[in-house]
Amino acid sequence: MSGKVYITGTGIISSTGQNCKEVLDSLLSSRSGIGNLTLIDSVHKDEIPVAEVKASNELLKQLAGVPHRETWSRTSLLGLIAVREALASSGFTDSPGIRKGIISATTVGGMDRTERFYKHFRKNNCHGRLRDVITHDMGDSTEKIAGACGIKDIVTTISTACSSSANSILLGSRLISSGILDMVVAGGADSLTLFTLNGFNSLMILDKRGCKPFDDDRNGLTLGEGAGYLVLESEQSVERSGRKALAVVSGYGNACDAFHQTASSPDGDGAFLSMKKALTRAQLDPSEINYINAHGTGTRNNDLSEGRAIERLFASSVPPFSSTKAYTGHTLGAAGGIEAVFSVMAITEKCIWPSLHFSRPMNELKFVPEGNLIRNANVRNVLSNSFGFGGNNTSLIFTGI
Amino acid sequence: MEAYINGYSSISPQNSFTEEMFLQEPRDYNGVRFLKCVEPQYTGLLDPMAARRMSRIIKMGVTAAMRCLKNAGLEKPGAIITGTGMGCVEDTGRFLSSIYENEEKLLNPTPFIQSTHNTVAATIALMLKCNGYNSTYGHRGFSFETALLDALMLLAEGEADEILAGALDELTPDLFTITDRLGFWKKEPVNNLRLGEYKTHGSIAGEGVAFLALSRNKTEKSVAAITSVRTLFNPEGFDEVEELLKNQAKPNLVILGINGDNEGDRLYQKLRSGIFSNIPALYYKHLCGEYDTSTAFATTLAARIIKDQHVPEIMKTDDHHYGTINNILIYNHLRNRDHSSIVVSSC
Amino acid sequence: MEQLVQKLKEEIITVLNLSEMKPENIDEKAPLFIDGLGLDSIDALELTVLLEKKYGLKINTPEEGKKVLYSVNSLAQFIRENNKG
Repeated sequence: MSGKVYITGTGIISSTGQNCKEVLDSLLSSRSGIGNLTLIDSVHKDEIPVAEVKASNELLKQLAGVPHRETWSRTSLLGLIAVREALASSGFTDSPGIRKGIISATTVGGMDRTERFYKHFRKNNCHGRLRDVITHDMGDSTEKIAGACGIKDIVTTISTACSSSANSILLGSRLISSGILDMVVAGGADSLTLFTLNGFNSLMILDKRGCKPFDDDRNGLTLGEGAGYLVLESEQSVERSGRKALAVVSGYGNACDAFHQTASSPDGDGAFLSMKKALTRAQLDPSEINYINAHGTGTRNNDLSEGRAIERLFASSVPPFSSTKAYTGHTLGAAGGIEAVFSVMAITEKCIWPSLHFSRPMNELKFVPEGNLIRNANVRNVLSNSFGFGGNNTSLIFTGI
Repeated sequence: MEAYINGYSSISPQNSFTEEMFLQEPRDYNGVRFLKCVEPQYTGLLDPMAARRMSRIIKMGVTAAMRCLKNAGLEKPGAIITGTGMGCVEDTGRFLSSIYENEEKLLNPTPFIQSTHNTVAATIALMLKCNGYNSTYGHRGFSFETALLDALMLLAEGEADEILAGALDELTPDLFTITDRLGFWKKEPVNNLRLGEYKTHGSIAGEGVAFLALSRNKTEKSVAAITSVRTLFNPEGFDEVEELLKNQAKPNLVILGINGDNEGDRLYQKLRSGIFSNIPALYYKHLCGEYDTSTAFATTLAARIIKDQHVPEIMKTDDHHYGTINNILIYNHLRNRDHSSIVVSSC
Repeated sequence: MEQLVQKLKEEIITVLNLSEMKPENIDEKAPLFIDGLGLDSIDALELTVLLEKKYGLKINTPEEGKKVLYSVNSLAQFIRENNKG
């Protein structure tokens, strides 16, 4: 069985907006969400720009409809907000016999609370509030969201660093396509933490000026937070309710770069393979891709590696491409989901999103990203890349209906 | 969907890595509240330069994976899929500590890099130069089951012909202390091999790594097959659990996740007086302790039982008679929220 | 200089966890990266942290890093040249 995978709903929250409408508005206005770190107490507060969701945990609880007394990590609140929006926008209504799943993803999990716990625990292991550590593991946010949304048949979490939520969409698509599930909410969520801020800082790959993807002068990434989810449904599920889908997931591919723990291979082998796999599955020729939403973190290594892989695959016909990470920052485990939403929006709005902060072309590449917003574009097939530590490379292709 | 098991390997609190007959002489731990893995000597198994940064869980994971591939006569799988409930806990704790100790300045990056859940899957791929599909599931009691489900799907889709699938979880002093404070473990030290006898609250903590080499087609190395993997999240009542287990292939025996916790084990007792009443039951957590991905270890035990057509005394809970063993149903629940079943069959 | 070279070798072994190596196995003239000892970019970061933590010296650019971290000798020379005391 190889059924079509329809996208019927999208949900998002990021530094550029708390829902699809706000986020779309930011995209159209070229408004970046990068700014100062305000919600975490860090010695790096004034040196390192980040892309925060402009809401405290208390406000997020209200937006998510979670009772104040319940214990939720920031990641799970972000996730629930976006999942609720995705489900509402899809118009999906439950009915007996419909098999539903949630495939979520995160790299940070409940670390925002764990690091508070650890501060006290490390001095005395009888200290630290247990309430702060019970949300730590990756599965916590997924189970909380599944519980809140009444999804039970398949509930699971992927954690493959920065490709995590792209892999969620990949698995979700396969579960629909194989007939195992009728509806899947797929995507991911991640919040900013002291852990990741210091982690990436120790790797010396944070650009203190804010990221400039694919710019020759780029010097690293900017961390962000947020959540992005798609509602995927089978053809049957869509038809029985007479709803219209937004787009389809027409292709997907995952490959391992197998080059180094953190760095990507110079010629982007893993990226090349994942994009090729996605194209093969979509039965598309590279020339049929209208827009690439690149992984484009702004690190010297990724953008060169990914750029080379794109060049190898598309040769002299590289389609319009951009990285939207100068809008949202690098949202780690949520990136794939957030950028999937951007890709679907590119199709429905007929737009090519600009690669903000780009000005100097890279010497090594023969092509440049789109620096400006393009409207009324022919956007039917969008390729979206998400590449994670450990060489985990995933490419998704979305096609308009 | 099904997959043939062509090889398996585990590092556990038993001598499962080094001794073929480890179940005949199980390790007896007296006065314990947790079990730690019996690790092999890594010299000769791991290149020292390659292993220089590896934490304990990575060493165990990579070593068990390589042994599994060797047992299966497989040089490089087409895909690598792992599951882990808590991920790389030691490195996570190490980096967290360093943040506070050094006041966020001049931090060593290595523990951060190795704290990501997919580190083991990635390291295996790196060592084998395997560019195939690679994924890691981090979801409590479903981590291994989802990895297996993904593997079965991948084989059915034809994306890969041979897959290395496994799961890993490590126990660190901090993790034990925290979970102890949460009330997961028996307060009184116990003897692991008598875990089923204590009718008190809590279990004993454990850890382990287990890998399976799976293929779509039967090979001469095939010892058993995985014929079903199912999960059930947060059932509202016992009937949902029965529903999960009822319609599975008629098992000759069941392997249950009995863990010594009187409350949690009640569920297994109910099944044993109900739908499993005429089916011999085995248990395994007295050998490895309780941890999110223990069913991976149980699956290697099931494969072994089918291969040898022999039921180890140490796993028995009753005096049932054993004939030919064609189907083994593994059923486990993690704190009555994540319920799963895996069927291992002869082939 | 020799004492510093010896000390650096010991520190490199410790920081990079080269547990099977002894200082006499490390050739102070040989490259540390790619060839020679075969270290990688993560090791480079760890050595950069060591340099700043133990010797109070910062490496400002990747190019400078490549030169300073080329070999044990170049590392020792960098420390000697910039020693504030």
